[in-house]
Amino acid sequence: MTRKQKRGVLIGGGVATLAVALVLVLFALKDSIVFFHTPSDIAEKGVPPGQRIRLGGLVEQGSVVRGQGTTITFKVTDTLKEIPVTFTGVLPDLFKEGQGVVAEGTLDANGNFKADSVLAKHDENYMPRDVAKALEAKGVKLGASAHPGQLKAAMP
Amino acid sequence: MFVEFGHFALILALLVAVVQVIVPAIGASIKDERMMRVADPAAVSQLFLIAIAFFALMHAYVTSDFSVLNVAENSHSTKPLIYKMAGVWGNHEGSMLLWVLILALFGAAVAVFGNNLPVTLKARVLAVQASIAVAFLLFSLLTSNPFARLDPAPADGHGLNPILQDPALAFHPPFLYTGYVGFSIAFSFAIAALIEGRIDAAWARWVRPWTLAAWMFLTIGIAMGSWWAYYELGWGGWWFWDPVENASFMPWLAGTALLHSALVMEKREALKIWTVLLAILTFSLSLMGTFIVRSGVLTSVHSFAVDPARGVFILAILVLFTGGGLALFAFRAKDMQAGGLFQPISREGSLVLNNLLLVTAAATVLVGTLYPMALEGLTGEKISVGPPFFNMTFGPLMIPLLIALPIGPMLAWKRGDFTGAMQRLAFAFGAALVALVAVFAAEYRGPWLAPFGIALGIYVMAGAAIEWANRVKVGSAGFDEIVRRAKNLPRSAYGTLLAHFGIGMLVVGIVATSAYREEHIQAMKPGERIAVNGYDVTFTGVERARGPNYVEDIADFDVKHDGDTVARLTPSKRLYDAPPQSTTESGIYAAWRGDLYLVIGDPQPGGGYAVRAYFNPLVRFIWLGALIMFIGGGISLSDRRLRVGAPAKARQSIAVPAE
Repeated sequence: MTRKQKRGVLIGGGVATLAVALVLVLFALKDSIVFFHTPSDIAEKGVPPGQRIRLGGLVEQGSVVRGQGTTITFKVTDTLKEIPVTFTGVLPDLFKEGQGVVAEGTLDANGNFKADSVLAKHDENYMPRDVAKALEAKGVKLGASAHPGQLKAAMP
Repeated sequence: MFVEFGHFALILALLVAVVQVIVPAIGASIKDERMMRVADPAAVSQLFLIAIAFFALMHAYVTSDFSVLNVAENSHSTKPLIYKMAGVWGNHEGSMLLWVLILALFGAAVAVFGNNLPVTLKARVLAVQASIAVAFLLFSLLTSNPFARLDPAPADGHGLNPILQDPALAFHPPFLYTGYVGFSIAFSFAIAALIEGRIDAAWARWVRPWTLAAWMFLTIGIAMGSWWAYYELGWGGWWFWDPVENASFMPWLAGTALLHSALVMEKREALKIWTVLLAILTFSLSLMGTFIVRSGVLTSVHSFAVDPARGVFILAILVLFTGGGLALFAFRAKDMQAGGLFQPISREGSLVLNNLLLVTAAATVLVGTLYPMALEGLTGEKISVGPPFFNMTFGPLMIPLLIALPIGPMLAWKRGDFTGAMQRLAFAFGAALVALVAVFAAEYRGPWLAPFGIALGIYVMAGAAIEWANRVKVGSAGFDEIVRRAKNLPRSAYGTLLAHFGIGMLVVGIVATSAYREEHIQAMKPGERIAVNGYDVTFTGVERARGPNYVEDIADFDVKHDGDTVARLTPSKRLYDAPPQSTTESGIYAAWRGDLYLVIGDPQPGGGYAVRAYFNPLVRFIWLGALIMFIGGGISLSDRRLRVGAPAKARQSIAVPAE
């Protein structure tokens, strides 16, 4: 092979690899990203049932019901609207009524949210940043202690 | 007193670093040897001063001096001693101090061990290294002073986040930082070479040991973080594609590429310009990681504090060094001499492929990590990019890389014999085929791709074994000859073989545990049983106990296999005193074929507990593979020819004929 051909193979290989990677990235970004919504967002914009989303807000006081086995229901609220959530599994250590939470899953046709993972705030003084920001945007007054903070996940 | 002393030492370190930038750099340009020589004592005293600051802070932690804001916010008098010490880097300010300490450590190591370096190059390397130190010392002193006082001092501190009170995590940051801060040396060498306008094989030989050292510590640091997440976070996963994990993984990918391209440069004088670029990019990704983790742009265990001033400051550092480095590269690269030529099918060709795939993979991880932040910044839309994205993009890029991995070392430099390499790998293909059939037969219900993944891992492991066998002539030489050859095989060759073998193990572990994990969630009352992958697990009860700084509800499980009790597992839930936070402790029974993993959840209304039980097949292979890679790196580093102070003449013996 001549010098030119060798360089051609190199450049061709590089371009081909990058092209493949680009296609993969574009496909993956189309299919596998998950949007974050608050209950009010869902009421306003409407989210089609079956689409994977993250639902964030506070766990409504008095709404947690531990059913048979390991299924738990609770309501996520941003103090304006609320959405009932069902989750089967073990909740994270820091899941508490009145505290911030992010649930990932899908809405069913009746507006119930079926979560397959629940993230709770990480520390006594902290709340998931997305939740804190979203709530502030909705005009919900957070106490001085509600700093954006840390997350911890619980998978079912 | 100690605290003010430490603060003062840190300020002095900054001044020393400023001198270390200016004097040797001017000395190198006017060829004044005395000025250039200033760099050595400066680098050593800079290390000494930062070490004083570091130990002053540690002293404050150990003696629980709550008049120091940082200690009051992150420590507590009842915390066990080891976590008081580890608490130094369990927070933003302290971890930045550790960052500059390690930076200075590498700089001083070059000053002390780099006696064979040309004087001007050494002076420039140390000047560049000190310029990074200036930036981060300023950052530390201006925005994250660990020595700020608190008046009046509180009676006790807030305590360290309980999930960080763990032995693996106590040592994870120092290892991780040694890794990604270590790449600063490669960066400094690259910038120094660009300033010199001259670069050759000797440059690669000087850079490679430092890169290798950084790489091995980064490998083990990432593995420790993963291991910790596995047993401490309590949901049995070992990697989450969390932005913070990605922040350390991207420099690892680029650093791995750098290690391989520097090899080509050292042996064949090819890929010189590319290697310099890669050295700049690798450290830029380290800086990017520091920015992602330290600026508070994202939320995780690692973002200790959110302060916009810090984010902007680190971003400025990132832009300055990455932008400056790349601009200098653009300006000077054309002056560099292009290197040797090679056929596409050759050792060089395979290492180019390695680089291409690793760098592209790092780029996809970068996109997945930054895209959500960029989108939120631009449109306000909040999204999360999770494992599916990375599985779809990163995964496919690893397949050709792993296929090529055993073939590369079988090819000769310059022009390789592809068919010959294939023939020699016949045994590896056979082993992979056997694994494929065996896994399909055993787990025919699982995902169809998984047996191929495991076969790929086995192929890589077998490939490493064959390469060793070939080099010591197993099969064609007598026993004594084999032993003699095995002894004479250079340590760097053993290092490579082990690292490649470790990758294979890692792949087997990842695929097996991702595809064949078994998971049960069940509400259990004492006396009830659950069957998990051949284990008969009986819940016998819960007891409350008191630890040094927490109360603990310890569940007791009796684990039977074939009727014999093999283990008693005691997963628990802890409630810490300060901060009052609960954590989940897992109970793990580790066997070769996999881990039985138990965690308990909340008490149920009827008196039972929610129990999660996992069987994670071959999960230990993941960390064992990483450990073998780390050991391989260490063995390679101990090779006399790679040793930092080894005389340059050793170069002749490096030209080992490829077999």
